[in-house]
Amino acid sequence: MAVLLHVTQASLCYNPPPALQHNSMSEPLVRLENVRFAYGERTILRDISLSIPRGQVVAIMGGSGSGKTTLLRLIGGQERAVGGRVTVDGQDVAGLGRDALYALRRRMGMLFQFGALFTDMTVFDNVASPLREHTDLPPELINDLVMMKLHAVGLRGAARLMPGELSGGMARRVALARTIALDPMLLMYDEPFTGLDPISLGVIGQLIRRLNDALGASSVIVTHDIQESLQIVDYIYFISEGRVAAEGTPEAIRNSTDPFVHQFVHAEADGPVPFHYPAGDYATALVGGAG
Amino acid sequence: MVGAIRRLGTLFVNGIWQLGFITRFFWLILVYSGQSFTRLHLTLRELYFSGVMSLLIILVSGLFVGLVLGLQGYETLQRYGASDSLGTLVALSLVRELGPVVAGLLFASRAGSAVTAEIGLMKVTEQLKAMDMMAVSPIARVVAPRFWGGVISMPLLAALFSAMGVFGGWLIGVVAIGVDDGAFWSQMQSAVDFRYDVLNGVIKSCVFGVAVALIAVFEGYDCVPTAEGVSRAITRTVVSSALAILALDFVMTSFMFRG
Repeated sequence: MAVLLHVTQASLCYNPPPALQHNSMSEPLVRLENVRFAYGERTILRDISLSIPRGQVVAIMGGSGSGKTTLLRLIGGQERAVGGRVTVDGQDVAGLGRDALYALRRRMGMLFQFGALFTDMTVFDNVASPLREHTDLPPELINDLVMMKLHAVGLRGAARLMPGELSGGMARRVALARTIALDPMLLMYDEPFTGLDPISLGVIGQLIRRLNDALGASSVIVTHDIQESLQIVDYIYFISEGRVAAEGTPEAIRNSTDPFVHQFVHAEADGPVPFHYPAGDYATALVGGAG
Repeated sequence: MVGAIRRLGTLFVNGIWQLGFITRFFWLILVYSGQSFTRLHLTLRELYFSGVMSLLIILVSGLFVGLVLGLQGYETLQRYGASDSLGTLVALSLVRELGPVVAGLLFASRAGSAVTAEIGLMKVTEQLKAMDMMAVSPIARVVAPRFWGGVISMPLLAALFSAMGVFGGWLIGVVAIGVDDGAFWSQMQSAVDFRYDVLNGVIKSCVFGVAVALIAVFEGYDCVPTAEGVSRAITRTVVSSALAILALDFVMTSFMFRG
């Protein structure tokens, strides 16, 4: 598979302009510095600083509504931070105009929670769409590239199916093939394990790791699947109440005594993240009616 | 009282915001239309879905409207001994008013609602976001082809509606009732002016096409990405399109046919 992917990379002939070439290889690919973000009055991220080193797979974890997906949207330039700085490959994402942002996005790939496949196209056309949109490659070469990508995710035989004919796991794999169509430098995964059976979950997890290494890319996984993540990632950030609550390697996380990490890793119902939504006194509510 | 005034004010301000959004959206569609036309197959595909797939309802409705016009027209005209003018009545009613207006209303219900539903569901399933993250503008790739598909289809459908209506009028007047065939066609030919009647009708249908297509793509793109949000957007498309067609028809008629 690595050989095939290598051929794919060489065949694309996409040479980014000098301004977009990789900056210093030692510098992290993605860096968030004191990032703040709010939807109107509702603050989502208070002060987030983290970095995604080149070549690594990093997981961002946290409870539902903790702002994990918002982080991906900030990195991809779909949202703008109200404070702080988000840089990708040395470029300040918030400062980019539309054309520069699109040029940067051509070197990023994002896997959406449920795949977001284009429902009016076959599997083949879904994977081919980024190549058709951004390259002038002849149809024969596009055919070869698409088949290589589909082979890499084990779905070459499903090329002529429509998205509606795929299972959840297959759809996620097709979306993964589409995400890597342009051999991106950064892969972003939004809840890639949600709603999958154990076999599909393991397949997607292994694909994320192997594709990252084969492409020489960097990956960010937003998830709350702790057990799968511990097996495939290099580093983990925990987000809670708009801040980085804990961070470390999978080994450090497993052995952590931090109450928040302990609650998350062992799926405990109560702890630093309380079971009860903040409310007034229980007895008063019972006696005094709804409140 | 204060609450009512406040609600009225909020409604007014929201209306202005909405108008601003839709104008900006329209401008973006025009800006991205060039990109959309370079991928002509996308626009042709939408032309097929909006135009060709609406043919059946348009032709059948046109025929029935023509049949009714023929019956009602004959019943009225024969009271004044002017039943030979049936062709004129049917043709003028259709090319000036009924063709563009009824075809527009049918087009909004059949194609406009489908476009809103399709774009809305693409939003719900994050396909528009995925496109944007692939550095492909959803307005160029999804919205503009559907807009132009609607704009081009509408006048063609209105013309076919009118033609079918005239055929229906002839069928009931000449074949069924026995109005003179020569009088039916010759009176129609002499009374219907190409520029004053036909061209004004075509202009109307073009304007309705822009209005319906714009409302349909905007409502789909702007909908709340939930099942309920899409359903409401579809309802808004049909209601707003119908109101826009009738209001625009009044305005245009008052300018075009002042006697």
